[in-house]
Amino acid sequence: MTIRQKRIVDVPTLLVIALLGGPVLAGLAGTALPAFGYLPVLGHETVSLEPMRRLFETPGLAKSAALSFSTGLAASLASLAIVLVFTAGWSGTRTFRRLARFLSPLLSVPHAAAAIGLAFLIAPSGFLVRLASPWATGWTRPPDVLILNDPFGVAMTLGLVAKEVPFLFLMTLAALNRPHIHDTYRAGASLGYGRLATFFKLILPQIYPLIRLPMLAVIAYATSVVDVAEILGPATPSPLAPRLVGWMNDPDLSLRLMASAGALLQLAVTTAALLAYLGLERLTVRLLRSRLFSGHRHAHDTSGRLAGLFLMLAVILAMGLSLVLLGLWSLARSWWFPAALPQHLDVMRFADMAVMGAPALWATLALAVSAAGVATAVTLWLLEARDAAGRTTGARLKALVFLPLLLPQIGFLFGLQMLFLHAGLTGTFAAVLLAHLVFVLPYAVLALSDPWARLDPRYGKAAASLGASRARIFWRIRLPLLLRPVLVTFAVAAAVSVGQYLPTLMIGAGRIVTVTTESVALASGGSRQAAALYALLQLLIPLGGFVLAALVPALVHRNRAAMRLERG
Amino acid sequence: MNTPADASGLVLDKVRLHLNGAPLVEIDCRIAPGDILTIMGESGSGKSSLLDFIAGFLRRDFQAAGRVFLNGRDLTDRPAQDRHIGLMFQSPLLFPHMSVLQNLMFAIPADVRKRSARRDLAEQTLEDVGLAGFGSRDPATLSGGQQTRVALMRNLLSEPKALLLDEPFSSLDKARRADIRALVFDAARRKGLPVLLVTHDEEDAETTGGGMVHRLETCRGSAPSRP
Repeated sequence: MTIRQKRIVDVPTLLVIALLGGPVLAGLAGTALPAFGYLPVLGHETVSLEPMRRLFETPGLAKSAALSFSTGLAASLASLAIVLVFTAGWSGTRTFRRLARFLSPLLSVPHAAAAIGLAFLIAPSGFLVRLASPWATGWTRPPDVLILNDPFGVAMTLGLVAKEVPFLFLMTLAALNRPHIHDTYRAGASLGYGRLATFFKLILPQIYPLIRLPMLAVIAYATSVVDVAEILGPATPSPLAPRLVGWMNDPDLSLRLMASAGALLQLAVTTAALLAYLGLERLTVRLLRSRLFSGHRHAHDTSGRLAGLFLMLAVILAMGLSLVLLGLWSLARSWWFPAALPQHLDVMRFADMAVMGAPALWATLALAVSAAGVATAVTLWLLEARDAAGRTTGARLKALVFLPLLLPQIGFLFGLQMLFLHAGLTGTFAAVLLAHLVFVLPYAVLALSDPWARLDPRYGKAAASLGASRARIFWRIRLPLLLRPVLVTFAVAAAVSVGQYLPTLMIGAGRIVTVTTESVALASGGSRQAAALYALLQLLIPLGGFVLAALVPALVHRNRAAMRLERG
Repeated sequence: MNTPADASGLVLDKVRLHLNGAPLVEIDCRIAPGDILTIMGESGSGKSSLLDFIAGFLRRDFQAAGRVFLNGRDLTDRPAQDRHIGLMFQSPLLFPHMSVLQNLMFAIPADVRKRSARRDLAEQTLEDVGLAGFGSRDPATLSGGQQTRVALMRNLLSEPKALLLDEPFSSLDKARRADIRALVFDAARRKGLPVLLVTHDEEDAETTGGGMVHRLETCRGSAPSRP
């Protein structure tokens, strides 16, 4: 009997492991050693607990850690709840499809741009207060209340929710994309179960395994976020992550040891949040399971469905308005409180600032195109090689690429910065590109593996039986057939790269400046017009990417009816 | 007695397929050049896995024993590209991003070097099956019968030494079916290609003109029944 089994790990799988695991592991080591006092570059050569002791003597540290934990976990839970209740109540309806069309582009809005726009919306001098002033509120000057940067991090939590809802929604949408899932709604309804009950009792148990890793990634991100915290978060004290970055960039180099110790604390805080979520998950499962066979049908769930719709609409409206406000502020020459709209718009001013922003825009573009190009190419190579080796299951691969997203970025970026510093690579394009790839590559793999798996394998078989080589099948059959999803993957990867704040800040060390690092700096510096403009420039690249991903296939395949059908 | 290695045609030498240890298909036979072997079986009887094994696409979770010879050459461990076995599926599977002519030109072996020669050959082929002038068309605009004809010609242009047909007529309406069937079988006879046809349509089996019929039973091997 011929056993047709070869199990050699292929080159691209090794490459992906090296690209993701290398920087993460090296970075973690580079963070852990200074945390215990070992940093030979700065002359610290004895292992000690001194950095830890100094860290815990810092005033307000417990409060910072608690803020990171609570805002991150609350934002993640709220986002998941909104997405699930909305999906449960409306999936398969026209309303659902319409709103879904708004949510996908919102995913590509970088966190920093969303936070800046949201600040323009909800600040004491922001659009919402202006709308009600002075006729309803009587305010002729911005009220002296802490809406932004409130001590409990409410504004920051809202900012995170606005960004994580589109992400979790698209992950849920992908999980729902399996045959016969909508028959379950019909089956549930025919047994007298309401939509929400059907979803939570019958559908969610089937799709949750696919949402779980993205949810854990959201928690890891939200508990250690820096850019959103600097724009919307409390300052007295700040959450943990932005404080750590402050110490790391302090001219007093000895603070770096303490910052590294803090990064370990950040790891602990994120781990605690992840464990807390897993505990909650177990409780919820037990609760749902005990009710599963109770026979309660919750047939009249209109109020629940409307609540889901209302919350989702609120997120979409808030994000939409924020983006419009970004546009208005970048054009405004004067916009005094309490006018709802600017008194003077000035296109020339916009043009002047665009010229000023050009170098940062070029740097961002170069990074995004390189990172997306490398990530898309490696992903294609990976999928093709796994296909050729006859491997079909992608679940383990997806779990593997998700791992770096389950760590707080700060945990290994500090160490990576030290290592690059040691090697004289800090501030080089290649080093920043490498750091971006750790975050870009997972999204590229996620975006492309499903469309790749859905492509009818018989096209490849037909071509092979005609004598076409593997390379010929790839270039002439698979790649053109998958042109649209490949370009979408490229656009997603570019958008992820543009959104990177901390990797650019830490590894770029001020020598590589992107529109994202610039916009956060300007926003914390209080320059509204400039911040708005840079935030808009952040949107430009993802927008361009998605327009290309829609136009190019339409042009290339303009005379091919079958290629106009949605292919993933 | 000939050994399988010197016989001409397509030889399936004691082929057995297992899925997770359970026997699925068992077959031992020779298809002479120009002959047609029809394999009848319901879905789930392992027909498609047998075709995958012969063409070189068997999935990893299957275990296979036995050998496949084509005109004396042992194909069993060769990649699909080197087997020279033409495959036709339930649907024509013309590559949707290419024109009809490009589909044909894709199949012409590379030793026809000159671009103009490749084009002429493809256009001549279209003319042979009554589709002159269809070269620049989008395959999606052709009728089912026309697509199947192009798919057949695409196969023949790649100069296969055998044909595997996986219910290629099932997508056609009854009127077209007889025409296309005759076209395929005539072409195979003229070129002396052994043909293996998989179907669950009794009519397909009857019209092969006295060819062998091999019936597969669901989830169990069976001995070949030869007329």
